[in-house]
Amino acid sequence: MSAELTAGIAQLLRRIGGTVTGAASKLGFVSRFLLAVLWHTPGAFRRMHLTLREIYFAGVLSLVIILMSGLFVGMVLSLQGYETLKRYGAGEQLGILVALSLVRELGPVMSGLLFASRAGSAMTAEIGLMKTTEQLAAMEMMAVDPLARVVAPRFWGGVISMPLLAALFSAFGIFGGYIVGVPLIGIDAGAFWGQMKAGVDFWPDVTNGIIKSFVFGVAVSLIAVFEGYDAKPTAEGVSSATTRTVVMSSLAILALDFVMTVFMFRGASVV
Amino acid sequence: MSLPAKPSSSRTAEAIAACRVDPAAAAVELTDVSFAYDVRPILTGITMTIPRGKIVAIMGASGSGKTTILRLIGGQLRPKSGQVRVGGLSVPDLEPEALYELRRKFGMLFQFGALFTDMSVFENIAFPMREHTELPEELIRDLVLMKLHAVGLRGAAHLMPAELSGGMARRVALARAIALDPMLVMYDEPFAGLDPISLGVVGQLIRRLNDVLSITSVVVTHDVYESLKIVDYLYFVSGGRIVASGTPEEVRASGDPFVRQFIDGAPDGPVPFHYPAPAYREELFADVG
Repeated sequence: MSAELTAGIAQLLRRIGGTVTGAASKLGFVSRFLLAVLWHTPGAFRRMHLTLREIYFAGVLSLVIILMSGLFVGMVLSLQGYETLKRYGAGEQLGILVALSLVRELGPVMSGLLFASRAGSAMTAEIGLMKTTEQLAAMEMMAVDPLARVVAPRFWGGVISMPLLAALFSAFGIFGGYIVGVPLIGIDAGAFWGQMKAGVDFWPDVTNGIIKSFVFGVAVSLIAVFEGYDAKPTAEGVSSATTRTVVMSSLAILALDFVMTVFMFRGASVV
Repeated sequence: MSLPAKPSSSRTAEAIAACRVDPAAAAVELTDVSFAYDVRPILTGITMTIPRGKIVAIMGASGSGKTTILRLIGGQLRPKSGQVRVGGLSVPDLEPEALYELRRKFGMLFQFGALFTDMSVFENIAFPMREHTELPEELIRDLVLMKLHAVGLRGAAHLMPAELSGGMARRVALARAIALDPMLVMYDEPFAGLDPISLGVVGQLIRRLNDVLSITSVVVTHDVYESLKIVDYLYFVSGGRIVASGTPEEVRASGDPFVRQFIDGAPDGPVPFHYPAPAYREELFADVG
């Protein structure tokens, strides 16, 4: 084996080792970070106005994009679903198709992705900029822990907002499906709502959707606040952290959705 | 950024007892302090004493380790060796709660103010009062207005930080730094980027507030002219070491090459103009590839 090849292999191994130890170290840091945030949870709820403010920024200000997206997703779902159901003479089942698709999957997943893009990126950018402009250091020097004052309220603001946004997404999606299915296509309104009522159960359909959206809320909020807190204090650092939040959150949502779906709906019948 | 040493900022009787300062001790005392990021040395053998009630400037070129000294005093960094004492207390040996307790006695003015951008000027100054005291809102209002009056910005209480000029932002940050009547105020480049009028105003405020409130001030700066007007003593730091020190009169009369280069603003001298590099001629005529 030539010396150059040996050196090349050694360098490759060093790089792999560096990447693995770096990833393990970051995972450890994220875990400690999460524990620290959870430690400050009682404080975040004691000073509820801080958490309510974050619910407003993460939740209320995301309403427009969530509601409009829900409406259009429901309308498209209704159009496409009817075309398929019609082939099997099951056009009247449109209500159940729209509702189950939204409540089980599209509601939590789509609102999670939108939440990551709008609120998650904003959280990262805000905390990252506070770090860049030494606001977090100033807090520390004033004997105020930034994890308690800045991070924990934002984390819980995101976690609380996410299931509510997912529920509203699904509600507006069902309304969009109704607009297309009943007035436009001409399905009987009684059949649309009746099939939906008969086919959608609170347990497991609705509750599993809520559980999913809660888990996505934890994942997105944790990634968003961590990336902001860990951002390099430069313009480029904040920009990279914001991008990482959107990418990592989206991948986490899709991966977690698959895993949870496997466990939640294994063997569940549609009707 | 690392996590705070312990996820708590709660106030305990032990912490309060553990950070009682010795009234006879110097405000700040650094003894043979060295600090390094991994293996890169930043400070080596720093020894300095900052007496109570005085204004001491730490001067030096950018990257000479001045701000690191402030971070060591504030307990944000721990020295590799040596002792950092504030009011007789060894800062690196304090438990996290006691360190937070000690920081309540500090004020710090950051280079560009570090005002909280989502709060008004009033809210910025009320912030430490609301976080650390149970004062009624009427009293907080009066105290905030008094602090703002002291820096000449009572009329700007309703403004947001984005509406302030650089000099005004620095004055608001100064009012916030003295919000809880600290024993020690640290200034990190308080004159950077200010116009001559604002610079003079901030300089005089530092002197006046120090004397009126009987506090101790540590000013990290590279503005030699303004510093010589207001400080009681100066330390010059270069390459992580103290290379000269003295009163303003001693510094003005100094023949030390580093002090002279700093005061005269000479581009070359003990602090070289060129970053270390191979010989110019050799590099120009070197074979490429």
